[in-house]
Amino acid sequence: MAKFKKKQGGEMPAISTASLPDIVFMLLFFFMVATVMRQNTLKIENNLPFADQVEKLDKKDLVMYIYAGKPSANYRNYGTETRIQLNDDFADVNDIAAFIAAERASKREELIPFLTTALKVDKDANMGLIGDIKQELRKVNALKINYTTKKGAVSGNR
Amino acid sequence: MAKRAAPEVNAGSMADIAFLLLIFFLVTTTIETDSGLNRKLPPIEDNTEPPIIKQKNIFTVLLNGKDQLLVEEEIMELKDLRKAATEFLDNGGDGTCDYCKGKRNPDSSDNPDKAVISLKNERETTYKTYISVQNELVAAYNDLRNIRAEALYGKSFVEMEANLNDVNWPGDKTRLKEQLEKIKIEYPQKLSEVQN
Repeated sequence: MAKFKKKQGGEMPAISTASLPDIVFMLLFFFMVATVMRQNTLKIENNLPFADQVEKLDKKDLVMYIYAGKPSANYRNYGTETRIQLNDDFADVNDIAAFIAAERASKREELIPFLTTALKVDKDANMGLIGDIKQELRKVNALKINYTTKKGAVSGNR
Repeated sequence: MAKRAAPEVNAGSMADIAFLLLIFFLVTTTIETDSGLNRKLPPIEDNTEPPIIKQKNIFTVLLNGKDQLLVEEEIMELKDLRKAATEFLDNGGDGTCDYCKGKRNPDSSDNPDKAVISLKNERETTYKTYISVQNELVAAYNDLRNIRAEALYGKSFVEMEANLNDVNWPGDKTRLKEQLEKIKIEYPQKLSEVQN
């Protein structure tokens, strides 16, 4: 019996924290690898609609992004009408052709046919503007498009 | 000169530094996987005569400025659109489509190859409604393709497509591609948009 009593006075040994940096570094590397820094600073509201028949858009380097939506709170001086954003600034429908040409010029020639235009449009935008964008894209022969959406049931679109 | 041992650097604060970095990356991370509905725009062709399509082979979907849906001259709720589109596409009115399970109604589409869905929207239509409608129409095609793929190969069409894009998938990709092509020919996606 004395055998068991011996430990009573002894304290719990402290848990070694020597491997804590290793664990933290492991997490750090995971997040460093998984991080995608935003390419564009959005000046518009960009609340994407929901859809459930989505296809993944991989090969990020082969995607050209066109944003559209109402100017966000800090840019109210641009009005409340839906605007297009290309790269980091507001743009007009007429600028799309130049934007596509610039994007194409920055890619290798053999990749140009695989370029996709991703339309990231706020869910409250009007189709009139989208129609104009699509017409503009047809003119420059950028025919592959993708309506970027969030994954979810369409009933979330109300 | 006495040889001095280099003093050991205290590594106790390493965890703190690592935590700081970790928190920074945690905050900036947006694990973004872009996904959406892929579509192809028609090229601009001048002076081409529009092909003559029989009225019964066209499934007209109209979206007005108040986001109301008019399908084949009838007001419809969004939730019923998928079923209506599926029925139209799978009708097989002329009997050439032996895999169609539709009603073979002579007043609806002849076969999936001839059936065209025509979508027209107004400038005032909101984008979310348009996407919902697009989604439902794509879903109608996908449903039919899934059923067909299930009958032919025991796997759904969506699953087969996912396999094709998966680099780690062990099966025969060229065969898979052929199978997908066959289903795409049987149920071609003919979704036209009216220009306004």
